Amino acid sequence: MSTEVQQLDRVVIRIAGDSGDGMQLTGDRFTQETANFGNDLSTQPNFPAEIRAPAGTLAGVSSFQLHFADHDILTPGDRPDVLVAMNPAALKANLGDLAKGATIIVDTRDFTERALARIGWTSDPITDGTLENFTVHALDLTQLTLDALDGSGLSRKDAGRSKNMYALGLLSWMYSRPTEGTLAFLREKFAKKPEIAEANITAFRAGWNYGETTEAFGVSYEVKPAPLPAGEYRNIAGNLALAYGLIAGAQRAGLPLFLGAYPITPASDILHELSKHKRFGVRTFQAEDEIAGVGAALGASFGGALGVTSSSGPGIALKAETIGLAVSLELPLVIVDVQRGGPSTGLPTKTEQSDLLQAMYGRNGEAPVPVIAPQSPGDCFDAALEAIRIATVYRTPVFLLSDGYIANGSEPWKIPEVGSLQDLSVDFLTEPNGEPGPDGTVTEFLPYLRDPDTLARPWAVPGTPGLEHRVGGIEKADKTGHISYDPDNHEFMVRTRQAKVDGITVPDLVVDDATGDAKVLVLGWGSTYGPIGAAVRRARRAGYSIAQTHLRHLNPFPKNLGQVLASYDKVVIPEMNLGQLALLIRARYLIDAISLTQVRGMPFRAADLADMLQGVLTSDD
Amino acid sequence: MTDTVHGSPNGPGSASLGLKAKDFKTDQEVRWCPGCGDYAILAAVQGFMPELNIARENVVFLSGIGCSSRFPYYMNTYGMHSIHGRAPAIATGLSTSRPDLKVFVVTGDGDALSIGGNHLIHALRRNVNLTILLFNNRIYGLTKGQYSPTSEQGKITKSTPMGSVDNPFNPVSLALGAEATFVARTLDSDRKHLTSVLRAATAHQGTSLVEIYQNCNIFNDGAFDLLKDADTRGDWIIGLNHGAEIRFGKDNSKAVIRDPATGALSVAEGVAEGDPRVVTHDAHTEDPSYAFALSRLSQPDTRLSPMGVFRDVTRPSYDQLLNNQLDTAKAQAPGDEDALQALLRGKDAWSVH
Repeated sequence: MSTEVQQLDRVVIRIAGDSGDGMQLTGDRFTQETANFGNDLSTQPNFPAEIRAPAGTLAGVSSFQLHFADHDILTPGDRPDVLVAMNPAALKANLGDLAKGATIIVDTRDFTERALARIGWTSDPITDGTLENFTVHALDLTQLTLDALDGSGLSRKDAGRSKNMYALGLLSWMYSRPTEGTLAFLREKFAKKPEIAEANITAFRAGWNYGETTEAFGVSYEVKPAPLPAGEYRNIAGNLALAYGLIAGAQRAGLPLFLGAYPITPASDILHELSKHKRFGVRTFQAEDEIAGVGAALGASFGGALGVTSSSGPGIALKAETIGLAVSLELPLVIVDVQRGGPSTGLPTKTEQSDLLQAMYGRNGEAPVPVIAPQSPGDCFDAALEAIRIATVYRTPVFLLSDGYIANGSEPWKIPEVGSLQDLSVDFLTEPNGEPGPDGTVTEFLPYLRDPDTLARPWAVPGTPGLEHRVGGIEKADKTGHISYDPDNHEFMVRTRQAKVDGITVPDLVVDDATGDAKVLVLGWGSTYGPIGAAVRRARRAGYSIAQTHLRHLNPFPKNLGQVLASYDKVVIPEMNLGQLALLIRARYLIDAISLTQVRGMPFRAADLADMLQGVLTSDD
Repeated sequence: MTDTVHGSPNGPGSASLGLKAKDFKTDQEVRWCPGCGDYAILAAVQGFMPELNIARENVVFLSGIGCSSRFPYYMNTYGMHSIHGRAPAIATGLSTSRPDLKVFVVTGDGDALSIGGNHLIHALRRNVNLTILLFNNRIYGLTKGQYSPTSEQGKITKSTPMGSVDNPFNPVSLALGAEATFVARTLDSDRKHLTSVLRAATAHQGTSLVEIYQNCNIFNDGAFDLLKDADTRGDWIIGLNHGAEIRFGKDNSKAVIRDPATGALSVAEGVAEGDPRVVTHDAHTEDPSYAFALSRLSQPDTRLSPMGVFRDVTRPSYDQLLNNQLDTAKAQAPGDEDALQALLRGKDAWSVH
């Protein structure tokens, strides 16, 4: 039969199942097909902290959301247009997020009285009217998969595991996705188990054919490629982009990269990724604890490497004392904090922006540390390079504040030319720098003699003759670095360390004020870039004038920030915390910023944020 | 950077650099209390360094916090006075990324065994190329006299007016429990012995842990007098010399003997020459339980303290294993700019025209 092909400009799909059902893999593959097709896209995985919660329970539901479009998009989407639910728990856990009229494809296999009762359903939602506002395709995907694999020689259990590929095949047909990439991927992934590769391919094709040949799906859809700027692209998640940024930055700096880290969600991917790249001179050290992770990184920096540590909020808390030591030693160090919900263990697999004040102030004494934040998955690459620039030029620890949303989410990324990346090369000091002696030769080395422009001290690494010196966490005398308890010296050193950070060169903020007559400015930082941008578009479509700007540099702020803020009647600051940037802005610029906050462990929904913004835009206060 | 150079360009046996002890002194005033055992250790280390024959710029002394941790300020090499307990971790990052350096860690009983206990045992199990000098004075000195993790039970201090109820660590036992490849003990006031132990420790590949009994004359004076007084030391120091019978006391009449039935070690008096039960010390014994058994002979009041090298076995260092992996990876495919570009491109790139 011939099916109708309908054009869509954008679709949000969510695939949900048990943690062990392969939902993340299925989502990744659909994403890759979509990327290859040329749509713009944005993804959001969502999974429990438990590795394999009991099958069929709400706690064990894992999902993957993909938003793809024929135009540029900024978020993974608020509400799915299509939900694929592989069991009753996956249906129940995600039903509340669906918009009226959404399509549900549900595997009916586990809709038994017992399984339904386990998650608190007393009757079958497929037949009791619960789903009446949706277009429902109730299929026994498991049985269809088993039928397709009849005669494959696989056990029922093994054959049933291919149901995610059956579902992927069906979705691929529905949205006219290319399939070659997935077939090649399956052959490679299961190269050592060809019978499993074949089973998955058979299931995938069976799913595709089911869509094409049955009348159940009268229509398939097409989302045309998006007009991205010319260039070469790949799809990339934030943690991967961040790891690549560190490797590229170290190579541009001419320094060996040393990562000291302790496993922690959602930062461990960075450790995993960097451990694969030893040929680039990358050393990874899985330390005994968070403190040793940052300590080893600092030790490596002392020796002339680029020391990096990666963690999340709880780990950052443990590293605080060592970061203070790095402030005192004035050595380069990059501290990656992939933020998650807190306090304490909090929400390990969910996102939040609540470590900003910890990064700013979470140390004893006056211990200023530069702070920067990436705004999207691909931007993690550029942010890593910027962190390396600041760390090496100013000889300082630098915080790089990513979060779970952009760390695991992905988007198309224009692949940079390595040769055109910023030159970050570093000069170690190799000769004494003191005053000449009576005979005109310089023999004295002053480890805290500063560059007059940057206030950075020399980086003199062990192995350099004539520059032997001692550094430490005790207050040091200006220039010589000797122990000093002198009151005037301490006053000078505290203020000098602050002045060094305050003086870091940071690009000016650029404001997007399309009409030039906006009275309201939305100021964001980090991963809220996408949702804020989407919300601003909605507000503008509704006829409002509204300006938007986004901070990469949280410490120091761009020089023109005060002027930008003063140019608007109202400044609105959306954050996934209780107003941490708003606190800094109010304290620093004495303006009554409006703080819009949310801490649900999830990014803002563009629609919710647009409603909040419209509340501000229409208020007379 | 010298990230592929393994081992020091110079060292014992190579052409003499002609260094003198005074070359290792700094212009900094030494600020330990007059009479502190640390002075003797500093003098012994400075006196030994020329023999090590490594250029000053290739030597790093790294410390934590405490009286002993001021040590790097007085050594004219590279140095870092870091934070409490963390020196082994910091040194691990330095040593693994700079295998061309000789890295020392100077620490104390509180620094190494209390706040930094975790880092110490992990450095030991990894066998990082570090020589760790653990000054054990069995007291907290810099915070003015609280009991430490090596203080004897019942010790009356500022924080234990009714006596400490903590069971102390024996640092040598602890290190051997972590399967340290080199463990030794010496005494601050015995320069000759201290120097011989330093010689063995610095020749070792991997982590060498040297416990140095050190007198704090302010807060725990006389803690090691039994091992120092001419009248008693012969009875209580059990000298360990590789390849020699473990005998001590007047006329070498005491000895460490092995129970032929159980293998247990004990000290016996009046042991005749040729007694087959007498243990011949073998520091190269692979099984750490032998050295551990030796370490358990010590009494809480320092009587029967074995002194010398308990264990010295060969195992690849962490630095070597890690850097071998880098060399292997680089030999398979260089990490040049083209390789980086290919990495960024990945397998699923597409072009937009």
